[in-house]
Amino acid sequence: MTMRIYAIAVFLFLYVPIGIIVLFSFNAGRHASELRGLSVQWYGKALSNAFVGDAFFTSLTIALSVAVLSSLMGTTAALALQRMKGKMRVLFDGLIYVSVMVPGIVIGIATLVALVTVFDFLNPLLAALWPEGIKPPKLSMGYASVIAAHTLFTMSLVIILVRARIAGMDRALIEASMDLYATPWRTFYQVTLPQIYPAILAGFLLSFTFSFDDFIISFFVAGANTTLPIYIFASIRRGITPEVNAIGTMVLAASLFLLMATQFLLRNKKNRGTSE
Amino acid sequence: MKEDSQSNRWLTAALLAPTSLWFLVMLIFPLIVILVFSFGERAAVGGYAGGFTFEQYANLPSRLKAFQNTMIIAPAGTLLCLLVAYPLAYFLAVKVSRQYKLILLVLVIVPFWTSLLVRTYAWIFILGGRGIPTLLEFIGFEGVRLINTQGAVLVGIVYGYLPLMVFPLFVSLEKLDKTLLEASSDLGGSPFKTFLQVTLPLSMPGIATGCMLVFILLMGEFLIPAFLGGGKVFFIGNALVDLFLQSRNWPFGAAVSVTLVAIMLITVSLYMRLTMGGKSGRDQSLM
Repeated sequence: MTMRIYAIAVFLFLYVPIGIIVLFSFNAGRHASELRGLSVQWYGKALSNAFVGDAFFTSLTIALSVAVLSSLMGTTAALALQRMKGKMRVLFDGLIYVSVMVPGIVIGIATLVALVTVFDFLNPLLAALWPEGIKPPKLSMGYASVIAAHTLFTMSLVIILVRARIAGMDRALIEASMDLYATPWRTFYQVTLPQIYPAILAGFLLSFTFSFDDFIISFFVAGANTTLPIYIFASIRRGITPEVNAIGTMVLAASLFLLMATQFLLRNKKNRGTSE
Repeated sequence: MKEDSQSNRWLTAALLAPTSLWFLVMLIFPLIVILVFSFGERAAVGGYAGGFTFEQYANLPSRLKAFQNTMIIAPAGTLLCLLVAYPLAYFLAVKVSRQYKLILLVLVIVPFWTSLLVRTYAWIFILGGRGIPTLLEFIGFEGVRLINTQGAVLVGIVYGYLPLMVFPLFVSLEKLDKTLLEASSDLGGSPFKTFLQVTLPLSMPGIATGCMLVFILLMGEFLIPAFLGGGKVFFIGNALVDLFLQSRNWPFGAAVSVTLVAIMLITVSLYMRLTMGGKSGRDQSLM
């Protein structure tokens, strides 16, 4: 009984703050901390704010690219690592471990410093090599640097997820497929892939949410671009408004929707698997 | 057969090529640059000027407060997370019936995958002037200040990272063989003794994993102290943002980063050795 009360208290602790943001986003008043009736005006304001729209599309583009890149590279790397032994294997395990463990803030700083240094070196060189009259390209921080920095972490996440799935896989099926003279590619496509697919999908969606919600790495390497978390952070610094609450609520709703979609897709897949 | 293994090796290399490139360009190279910069000097306009000096490392004590805060609040926050999470994980794994178990677990974990930024700023609201302090004034406690204190940062930490702690605890408690608990009580063990001698040791792997995950993330934390510590309670992460974006002292910032990573590598390696060692020891004692 006491345990049940305790559990309820913890659930309240987890959800009341979220509820408060959602409630205050429907505030009819102008001040964030006084609730004066309910209205959806701040959602209208947020949605018609061009800065919010831009920031949203920046975040979406980056998160989608990160999710695609890291699920492709993470899966291929996990498949390759599983065939490997010895020193190279130890080296890669070490790199995966370091890339997950080094704090995001250090990754952000190191990427910023390294890329700025390289760009400072390359840009005059490019300008000198470029033919007269045409504006030479100028390398700078932007979408690509954010995508590359996020992918470092999420790729390792996908490797870990997919590898765990491969370890739990039924080896007999692969051997059976080989015995029946299936080509390696066919074995992969018809036996391995269906089994590791849930891990890849989970990796894809986790990579997307990580990238979409990340603040600190983007803060350093986004250059002049503004992602949605950067916009929210800057707004909060200026003072909390009901508009920020509305944006925050939409961000929470988007993540919730994605998580539910993952659950649904994974379950659907499982059901189909058993009914066949 | 030999040709086959040759082509196999090529395939493995091809599959690993993009990942290797990424590790090289986005991890190894930047970390080397940071290491080199940490031995350099600050250029007059900010940024980096070449050189080889230990000046930056000698200057580390000027940011001692940030290191102290991080080294005290990160472990304390981890421990607090564990204390709050354990009873909940135990309840979910042992007491709740099978049909609700998974739903409740998902409900605990879902907040972790939504924006930490938005969830943390909710607490500015709750702990700030018009939140709990106003409520306290109603019942007669005037002038209570909650935000911008260590307590506020700790609340933010528990709130932010509780889900990450509950999950591994749940997994290890779920695997716990309930007949062992029954055996212990049949043999006259009090519930407390059963917990101490059966449940707790068997859930050690979950405790070790959860604490490590939370601790690693807390060492690099920036948002929670930035929002709830208000410049009074700040972590190494906050000092780094200040050094790189405000005062543009790159070499010193690089030295702080290198020190942070070194501290983490040492503590985590030690911790892993300790918990792994403990595990094998316990396995032996169980036999």
